[in-house]
Amino acid sequence: MRTSEKIIEGLLWLSAVITILVTVGIIWVLLSESISFFRVVPLSDFLTEKEWTPLFADKKFGIMPLVTGTLLTTGVAIAVALPIGLTIAVYLNEYAHARMKQIVKPMLEVLATIPTVVYGFFALTVVTPFLQKIIPSLAGFNALSAGIVMGIMIIPMISSLSEDAISSVPRSLREAAYGMGSTRLQTAFGVMVPAASSGIVVSVILAISRAVGETMIVAIAAGQQPRLTLNPLVPIETITTYIVQVSMGDVPRGSLEYKTIFAAGITLFVFTFALNNLSFWIKKKYQEKYD
Amino acid sequence: MSKKENKLEAKNLDAYYGDFHALKNINIAMEEKAVTAFIGPSGCGKSTFLRTFNRMNDYIDGFRIEGQILLDGRDIYNKDIRVDELRKEVGMVFQKPNPFPKSIFENVVYGLKIQGIKKKSVLEEAAEKSLRHAALWDEVKDKLNKSALALSGGQQQRLCIARALAISPSVLLMDEPASALDPISTAKIEELIYTLKNEYTIVIVTHNMQQAGRVSDYTAFFYMGELVEHNKTRTMFTSPKDERTQNYITGRFG
Repeated sequence: MRTSEKIIEGLLWLSAVITILVTVGIIWVLLSESISFFRVVPLSDFLTEKEWTPLFADKKFGIMPLVTGTLLTTGVAIAVALPIGLTIAVYLNEYAHARMKQIVKPMLEVLATIPTVVYGFFALTVVTPFLQKIIPSLAGFNALSAGIVMGIMIIPMISSLSEDAISSVPRSLREAAYGMGSTRLQTAFGVMVPAASSGIVVSVILAISRAVGETMIVAIAAGQQPRLTLNPLVPIETITTYIVQVSMGDVPRGSLEYKTIFAAGITLFVFTFALNNLSFWIKKKYQEKYD
Repeated sequence: MSKKENKLEAKNLDAYYGDFHALKNINIAMEEKAVTAFIGPSGCGKSTFLRTFNRMNDYIDGFRIEGQILLDGRDIYNKDIRVDELRKEVGMVFQKPNPFPKSIFENVVYGLKIQGIKKKSVLEEAAEKSLRHAALWDEVKDKLNKSALALSGGQQQRLCIARALAISPSVLLMDEPASALDPISTAKIEELIYTLKNEYTIVIVTHNMQQAGRVSDYTAFFYMGELVEHNKTRTMFTSPKDERTQNYITGRFG
């Protein structure tokens, strides 16, 4: 009995340690490869150069075009997902009957189970042609449709986390609002949403983090042209797309071109790491308020 | 006491939670600008009954009523009654203080703001008036922009009363407003109820017999969903007509 307990305990410990080791390993590889990259390319060039052309004869190593590409698709995605996701969360909480909620919630979850590659060609073959009818100048590859489709993909994330946040607001606050003669809309947006704001902000940050790291949709639909622009109608390239592009090409292992993906990777990592920590911090700082 | 108009009335009222028959054929009339206390053991239906006057039970699944609730002679369950308008007329104070997580000022003017009143001078005047009315002004006048959640429980409850008064209702429903408070805060709330009855019709649910005796003009005793007895408080406490009332107020059960 005692030995079997020990074995189980050991296995549990091992699985916890493996997770940590893998994380440490990834960070180690990212760091060591990008350090040797930054020995050749100064960090100041990396941050200030306006072009990213490591695969061309005239090599430029400015990460900014990739960063703006990423921010552009992410911005479009959040602009789509936040209003829709929040509306759904409010609807489910304040308006929907119990049965409606039971139908809508699982359907939303389905959105999250669609493979991102499917979203990608949906953006390329359905959304882009449709948008081109409205905006004729829209390029075949563009940040707009990739961003919109990515927004649809992260709707469930925002709606379900925000819904949790709103439904954990004490019932007494809802009663106070109704008791003062608030309509449902005033109760929802004047009292419940502000009271749940920390949870909602966290859901948005996690959604941003997801959008920043999203790869397939943007690789398929947004193009592969690093471009320092905030115009969503033209082809751009995101950090993730670039990494895919180089990983699948025939860049010699160990070359400077090869090392660029680690520099790009660590940039991405810094973004998502900062966002996740921010959400953790907000959660911790503001959550105890109503408990 | 001279005879005044009936402000609130219930006629043949039955209420159900699903299959549970919570209120049984209640008939009562409450006069204007007087305090009526609802007493009775837990689960007797007094809170349910209180909440029918501002239709706060509407959101509970499976809740329904039969019969009529009249406010100034109008049936408030009539189809053409707007619930949000009704609640501007019938304010409510809850058992646990429930200020919004906003500043003290924002709490008091909330009801005016949702009615579309934006003018700063109007809001400020209303806030001061309501806070004075609720005997809270002197304690908070220098920190109106501080969070309401930083106030003590008793102050929060008086803030909730001020918030309810700010939209000038004619009826004030109070659901055990002092049960979560310490004795000093309770005394303040009771004092407040005493002064407010000059202007408002007040209905208060309480578990505390002494409180009912101190603050109310009339008392209604509920037991197992029935209205057992309704009379002037003094009469009820000195010579109850029903044996169940007698047993309850002398502390034999409940």
